[in-house]
Amino acid sequence: MKLPATLILGAALSAAFVLLGLISFVWTPYDVTVLNVAGRMQGPSADHLLGTDHFGRDILSMIMVGARTSIGVALVSVGIGMAFGVPLGLFAAANRGGWVDEVIMRGNDMVFAFPPLVLAILITANFGPSAVNAILAIGIFNIPVFARVTRGGALSLWTLDFVMAARVAGKGPGRISAEHILPNILNLLIVQGTIQFSVGIIFEAALSYVGLGAQPPVPSWGRMLADSQTMIGLAPHMAIFPGLAIVLMVLGLNLMGDGLRDHLDPRLRRMR
Amino acid sequence: MLSVENLSMAIHGTPILNGVSFEIGRGEVFGLVGESGSGKSMTALGVMRLEPRGAEVSGRVLLEGKDLMREPESRMNALRGREIGMIFQEPMTALNPVKTIGDQVAETLLVHDAADRASARKVAAERLARVGLDPDKVPLSRYPHELSGGQRQRVCIAMAVALRPKLLIADEPTTALDVTTQAQILKLLKSLVEEDGMSLMLITHDLAVVAGMAHHVAVMRDGGIVEQAPTARLFRERAHPYTAKLFSDSGHVPRREPDTSVKPVLQVLGATRDYPVGSSLFGPRQHFRAVDDVDLTVYEGESVGLVGESGCGKSTLTRAILGLDPLEGGSIELDGTPVIAGQVPHALRRGMQVVFQDPYGSFNPRHRVGRLVAEPFHLDSVPETERDRRVAEALEAVGLTPADRDKYIHEFSGGQRQRIAIARAIVIRPRLLILDEAVSALDVSIRAQILDLLADLQQRFRLSYLFISHDLSVVRAITDRVLVMQAGRIVEEGETGTVLTAPQHPYSRKLIAAVPRIPEAWVA
Amino acid sequence: MLRYLGSRLLSLCLSLAVASLVIFAAIEVVPGDPASFMLGLNAEPDTVAALRQELGLEGGYVERYLAWTGGMLHGDFGTSYTYRVPVSELIIARLWVSLPLTIFALIISTAIAIPAGVWAASRRGRPADILVMGTTQLGMAVPNFWFAMILVLIFAINLGWFAAGGFPGWEAGFFTALKSLVLPALSLALFQASILARVMRSSLLETLDQDYVRTARAKGLSRRLAIRNHAMRNAMIPVMTIVGLQFSNLIAGAIIIENVFFLPGLGRLVFQAITQRDLIVVESVVMILVFAVILVNFLVDLSYAVIDPRLRRRR
Repeated sequence: MKLPATLILGAALSAAFVLLGLISFVWTPYDVTVLNVAGRMQGPSADHLLGTDHFGRDILSMIMVGARTSIGVALVSVGIGMAFGVPLGLFAAANRGGWVDEVIMRGNDMVFAFPPLVLAILITANFGPSAVNAILAIGIFNIPVFARVTRGGALSLWTLDFVMAARVAGKGPGRISAEHILPNILNLLIVQGTIQFSVGIIFEAALSYVGLGAQPPVPSWGRMLADSQTMIGLAPHMAIFPGLAIVLMVLGLNLMGDGLRDHLDPRLRRMR
Repeated sequence: MLSVENLSMAIHGTPILNGVSFEIGRGEVFGLVGESGSGKSMTALGVMRLEPRGAEVSGRVLLEGKDLMREPESRMNALRGREIGMIFQEPMTALNPVKTIGDQVAETLLVHDAADRASARKVAAERLARVGLDPDKVPLSRYPHELSGGQRQRVCIAMAVALRPKLLIADEPTTALDVTTQAQILKLLKSLVEEDGMSLMLITHDLAVVAGMAHHVAVMRDGGIVEQAPTARLFRERAHPYTAKLFSDSGHVPRREPDTSVKPVLQVLGATRDYPVGSSLFGPRQHFRAVDDVDLTVYEGESVGLVGESGCGKSTLTRAILGLDPLEGGSIELDGTPVIAGQVPHALRRGMQVVFQDPYGSFNPRHRVGRLVAEPFHLDSVPETERDRRVAEALEAVGLTPADRDKYIHEFSGGQRQRIAIARAIVIRPRLLILDEAVSALDVSIRAQILDLLADLQQRFRLSYLFISHDLSVVRAITDRVLVMQAGRIVEEGETGTVLTAPQHPYSRKLIAAVPRIPEAWVA
Repeated sequence: MLRYLGSRLLSLCLSLAVASLVIFAAIEVVPGDPASFMLGLNAEPDTVAALRQELGLEGGYVERYLAWTGGMLHGDFGTSYTYRVPVSELIIARLWVSLPLTIFALIISTAIAIPAGVWAASRRGRPADILVMGTTQLGMAVPNFWFAMILVLIFAINLGWFAAGGFPGWEAGFFTALKSLVLPALSLALFQASILARVMRSSLLETLDQDYVRTARAKGLSRRLAIRNHAMRNAMIPVMTIVGLQFSNLIAGAIIIENVFFLPGLGRLVFQAITQRDLIVVESVVMILVFAVILVNFLVDLSYAVIDPRLRRRR
């Protein structure tokens, strides 16, 4: 089977950032906790490939360590969304048309009315800002997304004759969901997971940017952009490189999602 | 009037049509018959120059001497709808759901500048009346979803003939319709030809339909025409072996030696099932009675047919018999044990299995055939080795090999899939097999094989069959007794031969009279 | 139609009631005593008690919830602790920046996205399609606040065409005020336009495959006319859905973008309120934001009924 070019390109791009984040656990070009005021706001050079920030920290090293925060927050949020959303969606579909389904879907619509930023505001108003808040806010936002995708996919499967055949074979809704429904919507979930991963990267950056996410001294891409803002005229590289990191990571994930969709679902190939 | 010469088509290099040639005279009905994939629809799209993207077409399509293959797209736009009209198989999706039927019919006139807005609506009303939709009863302001299937197909015809084209192409125009509606639509098409002098190209898989309609017929197979002749001659002589085979398959009756005992397997008494309709929030809840006081008995080794048109309640009844939906009244017993939805013990469920219509949606695409066929063992604690043996046995019984168990379902054709569905149904040796339109989606040649298989299995395993079908020829071929269902009620019941030749109830008479037939004289 | 309207209206009211409950619970029930939270750890018990009195925190949750929601129905959102003015005044003043910004961005994005999507779909697989798909792929990957910073860098700092931030107020004249919203609206619109253009394209491609488009072609409509008369309206249904779903993103984006451009909108208000622990303001602003999202989705539901006659009858 031939893999789509978008899938390969996207996977390579996002894997590169994951790798950078992993390497940062054992090695970075410079120590990001050491400040060097004398060498601050330097442009890109052989010593500092991407320049230094307003405290003289190496931007490449900051981006590597920041990747951990961004990717970590986004991944855990996808995990939360799937862990709650998928069972809810399966359950709603198994009780389609009943009051359980209605309650779950109304609850979903409700959560949809709270964008992650608003959720983060509510959580921060209570507990103060932190990366955990960002995870919670994005994770809660992801739950109805997965619930809806799961339910949608499951509903169309429940009308198929092979589910009827399983019922005639005496299997209950739980068993049918696990055996016949879930395996057939796995593709959908993988694709949606990739999309929510990329959405999570953007949300995490936005939350840290407005000060509701990761707090100093933990480096994160959003924080780096917030720090660069007042100095954008003096040191544009401080804004450009972390921003490019976000763009490339998200682009990689989106391309990967598109590629996966094409690869896993031949019916959609026709449409794109 | 229309002359197609050597029409060939290939899509992305795959040949679809090779060298199709035929002629249609003025006021003539030309029937194009063939099984699925034979290229009949592509021929029609080729004539309309609406071939799909990536298609390469060659040959000549002469409409009154003008070669359509050489016409530019703008000329073709002016020609479609004005000189050639076309209707399609699926009236449910052929109309735009967000526009009124009046607007859609008037549009044909407007795009061809044949009328201004006001008079276009007037003409639209006339044309709709012509196809049997009285504007007083079905106003122009109706949307497609407010009409029945037959009414929608009439709207499609009105759109196609609004400008009185010289030729109407009808691609399986009645396949999606009930048999009584089919008869009305065919009558309408015939009258358009006879009274308005239109030519008709009728594409169908059903030999009986062309027998009653066409002046001459062509039989298609694998993208080419194997035989064409005036209708009566073609049906009498069946010169080409494929024509002869198509002919015998479509009327195929498997050899059966009915061996019915007096012991009832399935007994349904006074079954009643209601559906709530309308909103529960605003206004009182209303009910629609889908199954109304139905009695039905199937004896051991017997084969019973249940016929009726769509919406008559046969699917609802099937679901109730399978213990999937509850009843509001009455009882269902399998071998004397009551079937109560939601609490059917495994031992009881083991007694009945089902085969569905759609050979594509009937299987989980992620499981191998072995696991698919073994699914009903969920109801039975059978040791692993015994299971394997019985799966192999079931596969062999339906004409496949035990090695097929390691394949995935997409590796099989529609007919083979239906065999696998039967293997799954018989693997735990049920007493009753419900066949829910089980052969309706199959081409006639495959259908003949499956009917033979079912007859054979009934003998070998002493099965009882309940055949749910809208297709009377299937019922005639394989059942001993038949029940006719209308609007939730059983209106007639009796020996299959008796009911089908001398129906008593007015509805059964209407139903049976509506079935298209090949004239007796041609069959002999 | 009336029945559909009624059921949607009922669900609108229900959503608002539940949303207000959630917000009330998150702000006033979960953290314990808001008064001591607002004053910090070292506050004197007397001061806390006085603030409790002032905020109306005496009394049970039910009573306070009813007082809060009842007040909002009359336009009374309480008094800001830090600003010492009615919260409603603060919100209305800020709304005059945030609302025009959001609407401006929505107009720009739909005005770009719908033609771009149609253009791409009608030239499937050709250079135009590839161009639109590539651009939107990139547009979806760019965070709006970063795009805003880059726009500032180029158009304000380097070219000097626009101010780098600030808002002169509508008193300064409509076009002067509008001009200061151009860069913020553009930064918001990029992501929205990219998503909408892609949805428009795929939705149109899907409708073009429908039987009724083939029927229209058989009636003699050209490809272009078949798209205009038959495919477009049906293709708009998923596009409307996405506009509704994305609106909450647009609002959240506006709040963030206001920080980049130092615009005195709801975003600035709420972030200042968080740092100043002015919970009354946070609570009210969040309620307004959620109200806006729910209202827009209600309007989208109504627009379905206008587009799709099947909904007018059923349900």
